[in-house]
Amino acid sequence: MYLYNLTLQKATGIVCAINGNFSGGKSQEIVVARGKILDLLRPDDSGKIQTVLSVEIFGAVRSLAQFRLTGAQKDYIVVGSDSGRIVILEFNREKNVFDKVHQETFGKSGCRRIVPGQYLAIDPKGRAVMIGACEKQKLVYVLNRDTAARLTISSPLEAHKSHTITYSICGVDCGFDNPIFAAIELDYLEADQDSTGQAASEAQKHLTFYELDLGLNHVSRKWSEPVDNGANMLVTVPGGGDGPSGVLVCAENFVIYKNQGHPDVRAVIPRRADLPAERGVLIISAATHKQKSMFFFLLQTEYGDIFKATLEHDGEHVQELKIKYFDTIPVTSSMCVLKSGFLFAASEFGNHALYQFQAIGEEADVEASSATLMETEEGFQPVFFQPRGLKNLVRIDQVESLMPIMDMKVENLFEEETPQIFTLCGRGPRSSLRILRPGLAISEMAVSQLPGVPSAVWTVKKNAIDEFDAYIVVSFANATLVLSIGETVEEVSDSGFLDTTPSLAVSLIGDDSLMQVHPSGIRHIREDGRINEWRTPGKRTIVKVGSNRLQVVIALSGGELIYFEVDLTGQLMEVEKLEMSGDVACLDIAPVPEGRQRSRFLAVGSYDNTVRILSLDPDDCLQILSVQSVSAAPESLLFLEVQASIGGEDGADHPASLFLNAGLSNGVLFRTVVDMVTGQLSDSRSRFLGLRAPKLFSIVIRGRRAMLCLSSRPWLGYIHQGHFLLTPLSYEALEFAASFSSDQCAEGVVAVAGDALRVFTIERLGETFNETAIPLRYTPRKFVFHKKKSLIIIESDQGAFTAEEREAGKKEFFEGADMGENGNNNGDQMENGGDDEDKNDALSDEQYGYPKAESDKWVSCIRVLDPKTSNTTCLLELQDNEAAYSVCTVNFREKEYGTLLAVGTAKGLQFWPKRSVASGFIHIYRFVDDGRALELLHKTQVEGVPLALCQFQGRLLAGIGSVLRLYDLGKKRLLRKCENKLFPNTIVSIQTYRDRIYVGDMQESFHYCKYRRDENQLYVFADDSVPRWVTASHHIDFDTMAGADKFGNVYFVRLPQDVSDEIEEDPTGGKIKWEQGKLNGAPNKVEEIVQFHVGDVVTCLQKASLIPGGGDSVIYGTVMGSLGALLPFTSRDDVDFFSHLEMHLRQEYPPLCGRDHMAYRSAYFPVKDVIDGDLCEQFPTLPMDLQRKIADELDRTPAEILKKLEEVRNKII
Amino acid sequence: MQASDRFNINSQLEHLQAKYVGTGHADLNRFEWAVNIQRDSFASYIGHYPILAYFAIAENESIGRERYNFMQKMLLPCGLPPEREDD
Repeated sequence: MYLYNLTLQKATGIVCAINGNFSGGKSQEIVVARGKILDLLRPDDSGKIQTVLSVEIFGAVRSLAQFRLTGAQKDYIVVGSDSGRIVILEFNREKNVFDKVHQETFGKSGCRRIVPGQYLAIDPKGRAVMIGACEKQKLVYVLNRDTAARLTISSPLEAHKSHTITYSICGVDCGFDNPIFAAIELDYLEADQDSTGQAASEAQKHLTFYELDLGLNHVSRKWSEPVDNGANMLVTVPGGGDGPSGVLVCAENFVIYKNQGHPDVRAVIPRRADLPAERGVLIISAATHKQKSMFFFLLQTEYGDIFKATLEHDGEHVQELKIKYFDTIPVTSSMCVLKSGFLFAASEFGNHALYQFQAIGEEADVEASSATLMETEEGFQPVFFQPRGLKNLVRIDQVESLMPIMDMKVENLFEEETPQIFTLCGRGPRSSLRILRPGLAISEMAVSQLPGVPSAVWTVKKNAIDEFDAYIVVSFANATLVLSIGETVEEVSDSGFLDTTPSLAVSLIGDDSLMQVHPSGIRHIREDGRINEWRTPGKRTIVKVGSNRLQVVIALSGGELIYFEVDLTGQLMEVEKLEMSGDVACLDIAPVPEGRQRSRFLAVGSYDNTVRILSLDPDDCLQILSVQSVSAAPESLLFLEVQASIGGEDGADHPASLFLNAGLSNGVLFRTVVDMVTGQLSDSRSRFLGLRAPKLFSIVIRGRRAMLCLSSRPWLGYIHQGHFLLTPLSYEALEFAASFSSDQCAEGVVAVAGDALRVFTIERLGETFNETAIPLRYTPRKFVFHKKKSLIIIESDQGAFTAEEREAGKKEFFEGADMGENGNNNGDQMENGGDDEDKNDALSDEQYGYPKAESDKWVSCIRVLDPKTSNTTCLLELQDNEAAYSVCTVNFREKEYGTLLAVGTAKGLQFWPKRSVASGFIHIYRFVDDGRALELLHKTQVEGVPLALCQFQGRLLAGIGSVLRLYDLGKKRLLRKCENKLFPNTIVSIQTYRDRIYVGDMQESFHYCKYRRDENQLYVFADDSVPRWVTASHHIDFDTMAGADKFGNVYFVRLPQDVSDEIEEDPTGGKIKWEQGKLNGAPNKVEEIVQFHVGDVVTCLQKASLIPGGGDSVIYGTVMGSLGALLPFTSRDDVDFFSHLEMHLRQEYPPLCGRDHMAYRSAYFPVKDVIDGDLCEQFPTLPMDLQRKIADELDRTPAEILKKLEEVRNKII
Repeated sequence: MQASDRFNINSQLEHLQAKYVGTGHADLNRFEWAVNIQRDSFASYIGHYPILAYFAIAENESIGRERYNFMQKMLLPCGLPPEREDD
């Protein structure tokens, strides 16, 4: 079995983010690393974050830094990754790519202890960069310019220190003196050797300054001083005239200002009043804002509170360090303060956000200062505060993030054309159930009812140079309605259009006149109001029209074509006639190319299943250039230019190719390339879009022509970052559409469906899925479907208070606040009501997180959710510190209750210092109220945590620790029937098929078991020889399992056919029973048949098909919030083709950040029988000559390769 | 040291041990081995962000806190070293 791996939804979580001017000029940009992806984001004028570029780098990005050479206009990007190399990138605005400026190897690849890449620090003047590892190694590279002003990089200078752990590094701003880097270090040598523990207790973190002597080209340890043992992060303090220089050391509970020859200035970090005493406060992300006259730091704690740190200084000496409460936003992995007054917050989990500064925290608020620091016998006096609503920031945009995907199932619950993907995302109060549908999200601007059922709609401008449309023209069965677009849209009668007849086409013709084609003629409305009518000869009527700004072709009933052109005076002149053999089904003319008089091609579709290309040149007017037969009668035609490759901001510098698109009556969209010179058709491809013949319309997306296809659902064909994408829109079926541009909506679509006129815009181009989110209460763990109608979700969180306790806590706080603020204001109900609302908002859990409780406290709930109405119909909070971990529906053999729900819970689970649990339970619930609610039947105590439950032959299988046990339903509790205690570690998944049971162990991969009813025994007959830390599993077929491990691998194992047969043919089972085990395990071993490193922890796997009538692929979801698919190849030819393409791409186009592609995909185990579609899909982004070179080696043309890539993608989604 | 010594197996090993932390030797005891494994593991967890996130979800801590905890554990990952027998 060969598989094709394709990422459907790129990772949405963010590892780290930096900001700067990467394209030069004024615009502020953000570079974010999403694990293996590097993105360039830019907030647009309206404050929406746009993705400008997204590159898959096939390696793990661990750190990013930006620097600017003195006097330069743009920033460079330094990437610290797992490649053992330092890579410097420059954003190329013209080609819209990252250019690799330098790549220097310094060590082995992989995320190792002593290979640098984990930390990056930049000299603030851009003269040197330090790259560090967790332990020992630090390298300094000197950055400079050569005579041609190109960036140069020196050979590395070592700043190693053995037996030393590094916590953080940063550059020290010392103006144009020798560059200095600061590091928090800890020497462990003595602690490792002293068995009394004295050395360990005395181990002290040090702040060390490394000086790069630019004259001697040498790095030396300049200064080292003990620092607080909780230190975890360094922040550069501006120096060299802008400030006092030095660093801020962020430590647990403290921030300390330190500099060489300067006494420490220490301030405590204010604590939330409700924080348990055992917990510290740790700064986990920081951002600096620097203006000419002042600077401040924003420091975020692990609970989400942001503090503004300021220094009182006289240029050299710091008198006071102040830490003032600023605002609270969800916990971030990185914050970027943009010069344009925005704060980009890259959330650790859940959606990212862009905030605008309303103020910079000048108002009075809770503040800790070094001047008022009190030291008592128990340590430093803490400062307390209560989080409040946003005061200084206001959120203006959100970027959706699925991180982390906890569970996922693909199911067509809504009975739509394609199945929906249900994902459990997020953590704690920010968790949600997200329903993903393949397609683009649209936002509806207006819906208005019309007096009848319209058949068509157009928009027209009054003049070719107008920016916005002037009229919307709607055609009915026997009338035409004209609406003028202004501040409002209203009906007009002075437009000159004939309103007593249906229309066939309405458009702008020439520079400033309008044309209406109706069945009995053409009405030409000149700018000054004169009207010219052309009447059809005899009793014939016009049936089809094709037009562009200067050319019109009409088809009369009976099959006659008449061709008109606009002459120099703006008159519409008849040029040529042609009698076709039969009726014309559809017509289209390509738009007039820039600087030309006319378009050369006319496409005519006939009912004899052919499409013809006719010439419109004066020399060979209406001569047939080529004929293409198609599988069904064409209903609609459209010419569309497609640029095959990227270049420019998001455009192309490669020659475009002209595509003829045909919507066929069997629902297929047929696309073929038209030769620009000869009009010959070649390279055709077809795709099934829906049950109705697609109608094709040209609309404008991002200033370029795109294609809207209206079948049983709407589709959009457009170009995004060099790829032509054909994506469904998440909208109802439409009849007819036209592009729409007005003051309020620059690039919209107006469409008719039923008796309504709809105006909408298409959003978030380039995304594969559009999502609907339903908020949940706690971190979701697992879910099941019940009767294809409702979802049962289990949620649990550690270290949190139960809902009642939280409610009580809130109340207490409000009462306290009320006493303080309005102690004398007693009465006014209305005002109190209003107040309460404010305060609820002020303490919304989503923004502030749940208050932290002791780590051995758990909260959990079971939720029954109706996805159609997104209502929770039943929510059971578990009591007594119980938390739910597993869920399944089960039909016991005694049919008394029908389907029951089994939930596995644990009471008082603790991971630290040792994993322990008070007891486990299996709850059995009955569905009541037509499946909308649950009622507890009974609960059974078990000795461990039941992490896996599954129905098996009318009984319940439970994996409890290392025990696999079979239960039957009793009156008061579950009854043990049979068990097997021989599993090596902890059972995390159970799947069954016939009499086989497939058990996933936490550390030891899969075990295949069999249940013998006659002997009532469970045997393990086969297991894996590789220790795999299973995080997800899915049953593929009788002998095959798909699994994923903690280290980011996906693998398939299969029981060899002969072994499988032997086991099935063994009637007594005696053989399995007495067979000797091998390698301390089962007698038979499964074989690994597929292996692939995804590079991200896969948490869920499912076999499913995302397109109607398509083959199955394995869909996976990851912690970083990405979705991918593994599609099995059906032919050997495809396997050969793609493995060769992959091989050539590996050679010719190595990954951007220096990690070898093959090594990356084989990071833990050698990749086996999986072709990386993500690499193959980089083919269109290659330079044209490279594309041709690779295509030549494969004996194909680049276009054929693109077609192949498109085809395989279309098989998946 | 003679020129020929540079190439014998022992000095090569010593060179490796000096260059790559964690390279084993014949007298490596169980504790030292475990300490190395633990430190390597923690460094790997810190380097692989998705794994860090996975732990953070399990323990309901922020990723930043989880990273700090792992760094702190690198000091004495296996507790105190055993007493030396041969002194």
